[in-house]
Amino acid sequence: MFSLYARRQFANKFNLIASLATMLIGLSALAWILWTLLTYGLGGVSLEMFTKSTPPPGSTGGLLNAIVGSLIMTVIATLVGTPIGILAGTYLAEFGQRGWLAPTTRFINDILLSAPSIVIGLFVYEVYVVSTGHFSGWAGAFALSLIVIPVVVRTTENMLKLVPNSLREAAAALGAPHWKVVTMVTWRASKAGILTGILLAIARISGETAPLLFTALNNQFWSTDINAPMANLPVVIFQMAMSPYDDWHKLAWAGALLITTAVLGLSVAARILFRQQSSSH
Amino acid sequence: MSQSMDHNAKISLRNLNFYYGKSHALKNINLDIPDRQVTAFIGPSGCGKSTLLRTMNRMYDLYPGQRAEGEILLDGQNILEKGADLNKLRARVGMVFQKPTPFPMSIYDNIAFGIKLYESMGRSDMDERVEWALKKAALWNEVKDILNRSGNSLSGGQQQRLCIARGIAVKPEVLLLDEPASALDPISTARIEELIHELKTDYTIAIVTHNMQQAARVSDFTAYMYLGEMIEFGKTDLVFTNPKQKATEDYITGKFG
Repeated sequence: MFSLYARRQFANKFNLIASLATMLIGLSALAWILWTLLTYGLGGVSLEMFTKSTPPPGSTGGLLNAIVGSLIMTVIATLVGTPIGILAGTYLAEFGQRGWLAPTTRFINDILLSAPSIVIGLFVYEVYVVSTGHFSGWAGAFALSLIVIPVVVRTTENMLKLVPNSLREAAAALGAPHWKVVTMVTWRASKAGILTGILLAIARISGETAPLLFTALNNQFWSTDINAPMANLPVVIFQMAMSPYDDWHKLAWAGALLITTAVLGLSVAARILFRQQSSSH
Repeated sequence: MSQSMDHNAKISLRNLNFYYGKSHALKNINLDIPDRQVTAFIGPSGCGKSTLLRTMNRMYDLYPGQRAEGEILLDGQNILEKGADLNKLRARVGMVFQKPTPFPMSIYDNIAFGIKLYESMGRSDMDERVEWALKKAALWNEVKDILNRSGNSLSGGQQQRLCIARGIAVKPEVLLLDEPASALDPISTARIEELIHELKTDYTIAIVTHNMQQAARVSDFTAYMYLGEMIEFGKTDLVFTNPKQKATEDYITGKFG
C-alpha cells in the first residue's frame, strides 16, 4: 500500500519537474531573443527613426518610408484577404455539409496555409510583376493577402464550429432562414474568435520577408505610390543587416524591435479579445 | 385513437417512418394531435419521442442523412412534401429545447429576433409585443429593468423562460417542447407547467418528457412510445389509470424503463 503511494508521489513530482524544465527551456529561448532585441535595438530607437527615410550609407536616417510602406501593404492585404477569408470560412462551417466543394476547398486551403511564403512571393512575381513589368506595392500587398486568406479561413471555420448546433437549431426553429441564422446568431457568437484570427493573420504578415522580396522589392526613398516599388520593414531589415555599415546595423535592430513589439501587441490584444469572448459564454 | 375524435386534429401523422442514415428510428407512426390540447410523449430513452417531435417542424432537415417518409398533415397540408417552405413552417410550429439557448444578444433582442423575421412593426408595437411575451412566460417582473443585458446573464431557469417567451412571441400555432423542464429546479419547473396550462387555450402543444408525473399533470393526451413504435395513445387520465397495453402499464408503474 505504502510503496504504491510513494511510487505515485515520486512519479507525480518527477513529471511535474520535467514539464517545468521543458517550459523553462522554451521560455528562456523567447526571453533570450527579446533580451537581445532590446539590448541591440533600444540603442537605435530615436525620434529620427519615425521622421526620416532610410539613409544612404554613412549618413543618418530613419525607417519612416519602410514603416509607412509596411503599414500600407498590411492594410491592403488585410482588407483584401479578410472578407474572402471570412466568407470562405463561413461557407465551410455553415453551408458545406453536403457535396464535394467544401472538403476540396478545405484541403486546398490547408495546402495554402502551409505553403512556404517564398513560393507565394514567386507566384505573385510570375503572374503579376512579370506581366506589369515592374515591382510594386500592389504586388506586395497581393502576396501578403494570399497569406492572410488561409489563416482567416481556418480560424473562422474553427470558431464557427465551436458554436453549438443547439443555437443554430433554436434560431432555425423560429423560422429564420439559414443566412439570417449565420449573420445574426453564429457570427455574433463567434465574433471575438474571428477577430482574433484576423489579428493573428496581421501579426503573421507584418513579419513576412520572403513574399515581399520579388514583389514590393524595396525603395530607398519616401514613396506612397502603391504602383511603384515600396519600402517595407522586413526587407529593409534584411538588407541593412547584411550590409557592412554600423549605422545600418543599428537601424536594422531598431526595426526588428519595432516589428516584434507590434506583433507582441497584436498577440496580446488577440488574447484579451478571446478571453472576453470565453467569459461572456 | 378514437378518443381524440371529439377534438379536431391539428397535426396528423400518417405511416410516418424516420431514418438516421440506415437506422430506422420511427416505425409506421399514425397519430392525431388534437387542436389546442396538450399532448405528452413518454417512453424510455431512445424510443424516438424527441425524433418524432423534430419531424413536426422538420428540424431534422438541417442534417444530411436524416429523412422522413410518410405524411405529416398540418391543417391537412402535408409538410413532408418537396418544396414546402421550411422557414414558414417553423414560424407556425415553434420549438423549445431541453437546454436553454439564449442568442448572444440582449434579452429584448432575443425576443425581437423572431418577431422581426415575419412582421415589421414600430418600436412601440415591438415593445408591447416583447412585454406581452415576457409576461406570458412569467419572466417580465424579473427582467423588465434589465432588458438591455445579455440573455446569457440570466439564470438557467430564467434563460429557459426567455426561450419560451421567444417561442411564443412569434405567435405560432403549435409549440413543440422537448423536455423543457428537465434542466430546471422544481420552482422553475412548476412555473413552466403553469405556463403550459395557460398557453393551451391558444396553442396546440406537444411535449416530450421523461417525468411521468409531469406528463400526468400537464397533458390532456399521452402517447407511449417504445423502440420507435407508438404503443399506446389516448386521454391522459385513461392512459395513466387504465392502460390498454401491458407495456404501457409496466412503464408507468415503474416496472420497466
